[in-house]
Amino acid sequence: MMLRRMDGARMWHVSDIISTVEFNYSGELLATGDKGGRVVIFQHEQESKNRPHLRGEYNVYSTFQSHEPEFDYLKSLEIEEKINKIRWLPQQNAAHFLLSTNDKTIKLWKISERDKRAEGYNLKDEDGRLRDPFRITSLRVPVLMPMDLMVEASPRRIFANAHTYHINSISVNSDHETYLSADDLRINLWHLEITDRSFNIVDIKPANMEELTEVITAAECHPHQCNVFVYSSSKGTIRLCDMRAAALCDRHSKFFEEPEDPSSRSFFSEIISSISDVKFSHSGRYMMTRDYLSVKVWDLNMENRPVETYQVHEYLRSKLCSLYENDCIFDKFECCWNGSDSAIMTGSYNNFFRMFDRNTRRDITLEASRESSKPRATLKPRKVSTGGKRKKDEISVDSLDFNKKILHTAWHPKDNVIAVAATNNLYIFQDKIN
Amino acid sequence: AAAAAAEVGGPCRADGDDSLYPIAVLIDELRNEDVQLRLNSIKKLSTIALALGVERTRTELLPFLTDTIYDEDEVLLALAEQLGNFTMLVGGPEYVHCLLPPLESLATVEETVVRDKAVESLRKISQEHSPVDLEVHFEPLVKRLASGDWFTSRTSACGLFSVCYPRVSSTVKAEIRQHFRTLCSDDTPMVRRAAASKLGEFAKVLELDYVKSDIISLFTALASDEQDSVRLLAVEACVSIATLLPQEDLETLVMPTLRQAAEDKSWRVRYMVADKFSELQKAVGPEITKNDLVPAFQNLLKDCEAEVRAAAANKVKEFCENLPEDSREQIIMTHILPCVKELVSDTNQHVKSALASVIMGLSTILGKDNTIEHLLPLFLAQLKDECPEVRLNIISNLDCVNEVIGIRQLSQSLLPAIVELAEDAKWRVRLAIIEYMPLLAGQLGVEFFDEKLNTLCMAWLIDHVYAIREAATCNLMKLVEKFGAEWAQNTIVPKVLGMANDPNYLHRMTTLFCLKLYWLLFFENTFALSEACGQDITTKQMLPVVLKMSNDQVANVRFNVAKSLQKIGPVLDSNALQAEVKPVLEKLATDTDMDVKYFAQEAISGKVFHLLSLCKKTLNDVSRILHVRYLCINELCSSLLFTVLALA
Repeated sequence: MMLRRMDGARMWHVSDIISTVEFNYSGELLATGDKGGRVVIFQHEQESKNRPHLRGEYNVYSTFQSHEPEFDYLKSLEIEEKINKIRWLPQQNAAHFLLSTNDKTIKLWKISERDKRAEGYNLKDEDGRLRDPFRITSLRVPVLMPMDLMVEASPRRIFANAHTYHINSISVNSDHETYLSADDLRINLWHLEITDRSFNIVDIKPANMEELTEVITAAECHPHQCNVFVYSSSKGTIRLCDMRAAALCDRHSKFFEEPEDPSSRSFFSEIISSISDVKFSHSGRYMMTRDYLSVKVWDLNMENRPVETYQVHEYLRSKLCSLYENDCIFDKFECCWNGSDSAIMTGSYNNFFRMFDRNTRRDITLEASRESSKPRATLKPRKVSTGGKRKKDEISVDSLDFNKKILHTAWHPKDNVIAVAATNNLYIFQDKIN
Repeated sequence: AAAAAAEVGGPCRADGDDSLYPIAVLIDELRNEDVQLRLNSIKKLSTIALALGVERTRTELLPFLTDTIYDEDEVLLALAEQLGNFTMLVGGPEYVHCLLPPLESLATVEETVVRDKAVESLRKISQEHSPVDLEVHFEPLVKRLASGDWFTSRTSACGLFSVCYPRVSSTVKAEIRQHFRTLCSDDTPMVRRAAASKLGEFAKVLELDYVKSDIISLFTALASDEQDSVRLLAVEACVSIATLLPQEDLETLVMPTLRQAAEDKSWRVRYMVADKFSELQKAVGPEITKNDLVPAFQNLLKDCEAEVRAAAANKVKEFCENLPEDSREQIIMTHILPCVKELVSDTNQHVKSALASVIMGLSTILGKDNTIEHLLPLFLAQLKDECPEVRLNIISNLDCVNEVIGIRQLSQSLLPAIVELAEDAKWRVRLAIIEYMPLLAGQLGVEFFDEKLNTLCMAWLIDHVYAIREAATCNLMKLVEKFGAEWAQNTIVPKVLGMANDPNYLHRMTTLFCLKLYWLLFFENTFALSEACGQDITTKQMLPVVLKMSNDQVANVRFNVAKSLQKIGPVLDSNALQAEVKPVLEKLATDTDMDVKYFAQEAISGKVFHLLSLCKKTLNDVSRILHVRYLCINELCSSLLFTVLALA
């Protein structure tokens, strides 16, 4: 796939690191959350005639502070404002709605436009001067006049106090009225209109915390079947639950696990098998999981092994020791599908991200950085050399920058437009036209 | 602010019309930054409209309101509600269609409460449309909503079909049916749910033939929707549809779907069936109940999901009551009771507690002999249940069984259970049982109470949790109300007074709280009976104790003396007040402790004494009001002052 950077890829200057990226259902809007608790929404501009070579750029549509730092006085804990996840709701009227969450609190935001303003007061003139209240001889009803478009973000609901541990996932159900939120040990089900209670549907907390052997790392609702959801664990397994069977989903209906290859077992096996993200395909037939070194695609009808496995950065297998020492081994990479489920994308280090074409089994490594990608230039594939000899244009494993990691990526639901968050920069690439 | 402005705007100048000023303020405040003021203005929308007149309301106010849908939910909700009562303000029924545009935009907002209110108002004003206007204005609106881009408008449309259907021509009727059909198979589950929940209502206004041809197929489709959230709503529709159809059609048209719902794969659907079981039972009639619902109910009582069992358990009594009389006892004994017996030892406490809340009702249906033989063991088992909620539910329904078999029969097993609850380690459990004490006392009678429960009630007074002591104090007063003053004098007062010398200051304070409440209770009764019975005794017995406690070494006790005196002051006669109470308060007012000083001064500062003199003067007039006011002990002084001053 040929990609090139669009002009719209803002050199958008914030010191804060982007912590989540998400397109809405139509792809017209793209939301990012950052460590500072802010949410920035980009809107796809319509094609313009004077710049026909562009399909349209994404420009800032609305920016708002979603979460503030808090302090839990009972537990003496600081609650970070960092946005862990953003999920859009299916559009229900002219306004757009999204859920954003930090470690503890989920908020429902409404993003709406206003292009009319009321004018005409009885007690003051348009310039604000007060009129003599005793000289009112007639009543004026305000009239609405057109004004410059204003985008407002208003908090609609706050879903708080339901999570003891850190929220890692939120996912809107296909019934359009509920969503789930998952923390390390529990999954709760909420009604979008009810904030004062949620139902606990999964609880893996052992009676004795010393017996704790695994945690929930991600959870997602099935895109079509409102009763099905999956959650992944730090042990590399995925459980699929059916909410029809029982109110409490402690018993899974499917259990996906790939038997470990005994020959490759090492000290790090358990850590690197931990699943950092799970995503259903748009069709609902497959799901994809990301562990530290690979992406796996599972057929929901086959529990004993994945149907496809893609190596993301196998060359790091020899580096696990140092990656453990600098804590990088615990990085949580996300993954995403393209609109037709034919390709998948996930991030790596050194501002590299990887794409895999499922039909041709071809893969590509690309880099998101200001130096290597000029606006409207085509991205060049990158290669990491693993052997002793380094070819031209290759980069050696030892010179990879592990501080530059691409954890969050998003793919437009219909078009070949992707958003890649590289620390504090957001890059938007699109398929080359012509 | 508007109200204040209306008052300020009093002085009138020659050239302005001062009556316009408050309205002008109201109109301006429609756009105030303060939500409360906007809300206030919206709630007075009728005043604004009245001042503007019907013409300007139609041409200026309504267009403005139509575009004001950016506001807070509570403002929009109030607006939606107001517009439902606006017909006269726009010029009567012939202009009522002017209200449609603002309500239409309100019917598309995302907030369900606002949308529902807008739909409610639309339904209301639809009745004020003439048949012609209904077709010219209202029906097109319904169509627009039904074919709207966003599902919010389509969900709103679902609620409007049934109000316009009966009053339109047959061609329009056909269109409406078509629209409803379309919405029943909408892409979004939101709309299908809205349609499913209005299916029964729509069926009621349809001609029977169309019910059979159209509604049944829609019902069947919704009841087998892929989303269980839609299917469960079809169960509700099932009730209304079954009521509409003649008995002979039920078997073929409704029962297959109902049977399928009762065995649905999703527990939520089965839960809904259990929850609606009584309604379903009434709707399908005795024959189908006997043949179909009894086995279905048995299955629900044995369901694998606890939520379903709990919902079914809740319905046990109602279901049994509504069984056809000729075979009721036989069905209960052979089919229902075995399941109930199993539920008594269910693994889930919610199931057991749901059962406990209704199981006692079976005794009246089954009669004395069956109750003693079959039900009593179950009651006793539940009384000994490990879950306090189950035991509480049994205790709170004792009266039903009492009527059938008499309390003596139960008391032997009942008492240990109550004692156990009364001493439960969890204070919330103790609190709950205290709340049942007055009820139990009423059911058991004074004799039994004195013998068995009195000691418990007194023990709570010295509980180590304040909430329990407080509740115990209130409980005592309720018992006094039940058993009368004499009983109180003999059993309660001596014990309470005895506690005044307790080494624990918290217990000494409990004495104070008891006495205070007791006094006020007495005062209230004195007025009610218009006879000063017992007042002397209370004064003679209790006042010295309270006054003596003003020397307590703990400051908390002392300032509570001051607070109590403030409250009971009005009840005392003026001699006692001047000779005994006042000196004590004056002494407390010079206390070394700040708080004691404060409350003593508060008590002296006139409130009590000033009040009292006023009180005496107007005593006859206000006695009735005072009687009411005194019930509200916390607000006593301020409200009393208010009343007295207002009357004086």
